[in-house]
Amino acid sequence: MAIGVRFVAGTIVVAALVGASSWALVTYVVRPRDAATTDTEGAPAEGRAETPARRITATLHYVAEDGLRLVSVTREVPFGATTAEQAERILEAQLEPPPERLLSAIPSGTTLRGVFVSHTGQAFVDFGPELRSRHPGGSLNEIFTVYCIVSTLTTNLPALRSVQILIDGREADTLAGHVDLRRPLPPSREWLEPPAPQTAARNEP
Amino acid sequence: MNASRLVAACVVAVLLVVGGPASLAQAPRPGAPYALLTAESRRTLSAVQSGGRDLLRLDELSDLFELTVREDRRSNALTVTRRDRTIVLSLDQGLASIGGRLVSLPVPPVRDGNRWLVPVDFVARALALIVETRIEVRRASRLIVVGELNVPQVVVRQEQLGAVTRLAFDVSPRAAYTVTQEAGRLLVRFDADAVDASMESAVGGGLAESVRAADANTLAVGLAPHFGTYRASTLPLDAGSIRVVLDLAPAGAPVPSPSDTRPAQPPAVAPEPPVFVSPGAPAVRTIVIDPGHGGDESGATGPGGLLEKNVTLDVARRLRSLIEGRLGLRVLLTRDDDRLVPLDERASIANNNKADVFISVHANVSPRPDSRGAEVFYLSLDAYEGEARRLAEHPPSRSLMTLGGGTREIGLIPWEMAQVRHLPESAVFAQFVEEELRRRVEMSARALQQAPLRVLVGANMPAVLVEMAFISNADQEERLRADDFKTAVTQALYDAVLRYRARIQSGPTPSADPGARGGAALRRTPWP
Repeated sequence: MAIGVRFVAGTIVVAALVGASSWALVTYVVRPRDAATTDTEGAPAEGRAETPARRITATLHYVAEDGLRLVSVTREVPFGATTAEQAERILEAQLEPPPERLLSAIPSGTTLRGVFVSHTGQAFVDFGPELRSRHPGGSLNEIFTVYCIVSTLTTNLPALRSVQILIDGREADTLAGHVDLRRPLPPSREWLEPPAPQTAARNEP
Repeated sequence: MNASRLVAACVVAVLLVVGGPASLAQAPRPGAPYALLTAESRRTLSAVQSGGRDLLRLDELSDLFELTVREDRRSNALTVTRRDRTIVLSLDQGLASIGGRLVSLPVPPVRDGNRWLVPVDFVARALALIVETRIEVRRASRLIVVGELNVPQVVVRQEQLGAVTRLAFDVSPRAAYTVTQEAGRLLVRFDADAVDASMESAVGGGLAESVRAADANTLAVGLAPHFGTYRASTLPLDAGSIRVVLDLAPAGAPVPSPSDTRPAQPPAVAPEPPVFVSPGAPAVRTIVIDPGHGGDESGATGPGGLLEKNVTLDVARRLRSLIEGRLGLRVLLTRDDDRLVPLDERASIANNNKADVFISVHANVSPRPDSRGAEVFYLSLDAYEGEARRLAEHPPSRSLMTLGGGTREIGLIPWEMAQVRHLPESAVFAQFVEEELRRRVEMSARALQQAPLRVLVGANMPAVLVEMAFISNADQEERLRADDFKTAVTQALYDAVLRYRARIQSGPTPSADPGARGGAALRRTPWP
C-alpha cells in the first residue's frame, strides 16, 4: 500500500515537472516569436499569464456609413481559453471606439460585467447599467445595438446559438422600450444586409 | 365546534322555513316572458310567477338546449342531462348538483300540470355549467344572453328644453354608434350584436313621437312633422359608459349647445323593453392606439429638445379624433396623458377591450445624424421561434368553468405570445400602413421591417409599430414639430385603418385567408 502511494506521488511529481518544462518552453521560446508575428497592433494581452500574447482574428460589427445596416470589420483580439473568456475578450474589443467612418451601435462608456455560457449554447452577457441608461432609444437604433452584440458573439463563436442580454446582473425587458430581451436571441442576418428594395407599387392582398 | 354546528343547523332551518313551504304556497300564474338571445336567433321563453319569483318552463329550455329530463321518484329528484353532463335537481329543496358541485336555487322545481317549472336562477347557476357556453341572465330587462355577444344596455330618456326635444341614450358598456336621417325618422345604429334597450321616461311628445326598434341593433326615433334639424353629441360617463345626446330642433330654431348636458328627468313609466339581435359579423369595431413612452420614460430626445413621448401622444390623439369623428369606431389610447404605462399593460389594454387593431406610435433614432424617413414594424418570430412554432402547430386548449356558470373552451396560448396567430394579418395591415405613409411622408430605405418588439408580442390582434421619422435628425425633428407633418401621418394611418376595415368586412375571415400571406410584406416571415 505504502509502495503504491509513493509510486503515484512520484508519478505526479514527474508529470508536473514535465508539464512545467513544456509550459516554460512554449511561453519563453515559442510564444514571443509567435506573438511578434500576430500582435500587429502591439496591444498587450491582459491578465492571461498562461497565454499572455496570443491573439485571434475576430469579426466585430458597427453601424454602416448609410446608417441602414450593420457592417462587419475584422480585428485582432486577445485569445480566451474558454468560450466565455473568448466572448468577453471579443466584446471588450467591440466596446472600444469604432473604426473611422463607422459608428458604434453600443453607447459609449458601456461596461461588460461578464459572460456566462450554458451547455446548450446560450450566452448570457451581463452589461453594466450604462447600456440602458445611455441608450438614446428608437426602434432601429435599439435593434442595431442588440443585434450588434448577438451577431458579434455568434459569428465568432459557433458554439453559441443564441444570446441573452442582461443588465447589471438581471434579466432585462428592453433597453429603451422596443426590442424584447426576455429570451435569448438567435442571430439574424436581416440587419447585416442592405435593405430590400421597397416600392409603393404593390398589389393589395 | 358545537357553536358552528348550531349556526349551521339554524341556517338550514331558516332556509327550509323561508325558502321551502313559503315559495310553494302560491299557485303559479303567467308572467311577462323572457327573451333569449343567441348569435343566430332570438327566442321567447314563457315565464310564470310563483311566490314573487319568475319560473321558466323546463320543457322549453329542454327544446332549446337539447336536454333530457327524467324524474327519479326514489330519490325525489329531477335529472337534467345534456350529452354526458347531468344536473340533479332536488324536488325537496332548492339545491342542484352538477358533477359533484352543489349550487343553491331559491326554490325547488314546481310541477304545473304535466310540466316542470324551474326558477330563472337555474339557467345561470346550473344550466350554464353543462351547456359549455356563457349564459348571462339580465333580470331587469328579462333577457338571457347565450354566448359571447356584445349586447350593451341602452337606457333612453327624453326631456323638453323649450322648443328643443332632448333624447339621452346611456350606453353601457360604451359602443360606437352612427346617426342617420331618413324619411320621418332618425336611426341610431350601435356597433353591437344587439341592444338591450329600456325607456326610463315616457318617450313620445315634442319632436320625438316615438323611440322603437328599427333593426337588430338600431333604435328609430319617429319625428314630428315640424322637426327641422338635429345635433348628436357624446359624453363619457363613469365605468366605460357613454351618453349619446340627440337634440331635436323644430324647423327654423337653433340647436342648443352640446355642452348643455343636464341629465334627463327620472323615469315616470317603464314600458316593455324592446330587445333585438343580429348575428355577429367580422368587423373592425375597436382600435387601440399606443402613444410610445411617457412619464419618466421620455423616449428619444431630438437635438432641439423635442421629446418622443410628447409627439407620440399628440399624433395618437389626432388619430383618435379622426377615426371617431369620421368612422364612428371605438378608439382607445393606452395613455391619454404624460404617464408611464408598462409595455405589458399597453397590450393588456388592447386585449381587455377586444381591440381589432393595435397601432403603436413612435419616433426613431439613428447614430447617423442624417438618417431620415418613416418605418413600419410588425413582429418577427425569430426570438420566439421554438415556442411560436409549437403553439402554431399544436394550439393547446382546455375547457374551463367560467365565473357565473358555464364552461368555455379556452385557448392556452400564453398571453405574452398572443401575437403569434395574428402575424399574417399584422403583415397585411403593416403593408397598408407603409403604403399610405409612403403616399404622404418620406420613407426610410428600411420602410417595412420585422423585429422582436416587446409591445407587439402580447397583442391579441393585428398589431404594428410606426416610427414616424428620425427625431435624432434635426431636420426630421422639425418635421415632427410641424402641424402639416403630423396631419399627414394621422391621415395616412386613418387611411390604412379604412383599407383594413374594408378588407375585414368584405373579405374572408382573416385567419382563413391564405391570400393574405402572399404579399411582399410577408417575404421575411420565417414561418409557417
